Amino acid sequence: MSRHGELGLSDDDVRSMYRYMLMARALDERLWLLNRAGKIPFVVSCKGQEGAQVGAAFALKAGRDYVLPYYRDLGVALVFGQTATDVMLSGFAKWEDPNSGGRQMPGHFGSRKHRIVTGSSPVSTQIPHAVGVALAARLRGERLVAYTSFGEGSSNQGDFHEACNFAGVHRLPVVFFCENNGYAISVPVKKQLGCERVADRAAGYGFPGVTVDGNDVLVVYAAMKEAVERALRGEGPTLVEALTYRLNPHSSDDDDRVYRTREEVEEAKSRDAIIAFGQYLQTQGLLSEEAVDDLRKEIAQLVDAATAYAEKASYAPPEEALKYVYAE
Amino acid sequence: MTVKLYIDAIRDAIQEEMRRDASVFVLGEDVGVRGGVFRVTQGLIEEFGEARIMDTPLAESAIAGVAIGAAAYGMKPIAEIQFADFIMPAVNQIISEAAKMRYRSNNDWHCPLVIRAPYGGGVHGALYHSQSLEALFYHVPGLKIVMPTTAADAKGLLISAIRDPDPVLYFEHKGMYRLIKDDVPDGEHTVPIGKAAVRRQGVDITVITYGLMVHHALEAAQELESEGVSTELLDLRTVAPLDRDAIVAAARKTGKVLIVHEDNKTGGVGAEVSAIIAEEALFDLDAPIARLCGPDIPAMPFSPPMERFYMLDPDKIATAMRRLAAF
Repeated sequence: MSRHGELGLSDDDVRSMYRYMLMARALDERLWLLNRAGKIPFVVSCKGQEGAQVGAAFALKAGRDYVLPYYRDLGVALVFGQTATDVMLSGFAKWEDPNSGGRQMPGHFGSRKHRIVTGSSPVSTQIPHAVGVALAARLRGERLVAYTSFGEGSSNQGDFHEACNFAGVHRLPVVFFCENNGYAISVPVKKQLGCERVADRAAGYGFPGVTVDGNDVLVVYAAMKEAVERALRGEGPTLVEALTYRLNPHSSDDDDRVYRTREEVEEAKSRDAIIAFGQYLQTQGLLSEEAVDDLRKEIAQLVDAATAYAEKASYAPPEEALKYVYAE
Repeated sequence: MTVKLYIDAIRDAIQEEMRRDASVFVLGEDVGVRGGVFRVTQGLIEEFGEARIMDTPLAESAIAGVAIGAAAYGMKPIAEIQFADFIMPAVNQIISEAAKMRYRSNNDWHCPLVIRAPYGGGVHGALYHSQSLEALFYHVPGLKIVMPTTAADAKGLLISAIRDPDPVLYFEHKGMYRLIKDDVPDGEHTVPIGKAAVRRQGVDITVITYGLMVHHALEAAQELESEGVSTELLDLRTVAPLDRDAIVAAARKTGKVLIVHEDNKTGGVGAEVSAIIAEEALFDLDAPIARLCGPDIPAMPFSPPMERFYMLDPDKIATAMRRLAAF
């Protein structure tokens, strides 16, 4: 049996996962291009982390679970229902942007209908929110998982620790997903963590922590699946740490040349999950080279159309800025 | 009507709303079997169980943050911060998250949350169990702040806060818990957020204040009455949003305004009240706007003489009122 088959994933599932990864990558690359062309003032990147994100999101269930993603988690937002057009509307800060109506920077996901809880820029604040969602669902008798993601740097914030402890004490159905990409802007892991792994921290809160290769989509999926099942069985939270790499600078305003070598980045590119997963699908006979080309073309067309739509879409009238401070 | 203590009125509001609405629950430090360090939640765990009267780990940012997540999901949490002074670790959650959730999601998400926190001094609480912190939050759009003065308002404003679809900070003066009692309407009783109350009618001077200082100012007004000075006394009740109409009307009525608060003076709520009057009623004034507030020191000391020095009382307020009346 295939690796994905053993995990309960169908051939269509893995093809779909690959498609989401390519979509996230294509959107990310387009956003950067638009930034460099002066059309979008600021973007953050998921590039290099799509495999971890899609692997994680596939272990969850859209419509049942809540996700509280951090700003790089484009792959998760897509799996949970956001479209290329949604992403581009957000990039161009247009009125129709479902995340915020053009109020927030790109990467600040949120849509109630998809159970993506609105996020902010201060890091880690979403982590206790996930615990609150899990607690509330338990009070209501709703069986679900609250997923929240963050970087390894953010695992130093008090909110991470306070939230993990709270979830541990009350054995809440939360999955804490750390996308450890090696850098908090410029500061490397060895200057961020007093322990070796973010996952080591879970022991302090009385629940399991596992570290997996974030470039191996199926390994991420397997760890997340176990965490989700554990949560649904009422056995409490899990911390899953996926080791990834951020191929782009932190944001469109960052220059990563001062804190890491080009050799290091090139080496990381060779371990890109998109390459590895594409090869896996081809080896399994699930996707021919020709089919991959077609898929890329199809996605490029979708991104083109989304870009064109979003660029033409209206801005909110300026006075909209006064709305929704309170209920109206 | 039943005469109730301020603290009992708060408990009644929680209890009645929890009976009425299964999405209301309480979380905080020591709120369970201990019934809260001041006993506000005493007896509630017996009725509602530990899932709805939840003792949390000692971590204020988590109390606020978890409550925000639960509120976003659709519950109506009442988070207790044991002393307002200890709200600081939760400030990021309150200001960056609760206050902005509706705005930043373009009305897609919202946060129907109440954060209760005992504030205020004169109880030998020293620097970190005495502070008034409304001014720190006062500047933040997206928050509402209520500071009830009577038992009736304590109940009515708390019920309104629980039912409000946006985050409300509910500051209750710990010195009033067992000092203040008054008639509380039986059955469902709400007080609208954003409406001030005239506590005393007068024609010579206007005092605008809130919280414990209302009671001190009422005493002072009584004293001045015997001296022939009649006082209009406005209790703000809600400090965010301020009741601009009531403030302007009260200022116009006498043309002489004294603003009183326990919180220190600089950048306090009184500064905004003063600015509203200056903007809208300057030419109706017969005297410069006066403010009597706590001194601009970090907080009140433990030493009883120094604590008394900090705290306003009816005598200090009466002195300021006489000065204004004589202007």
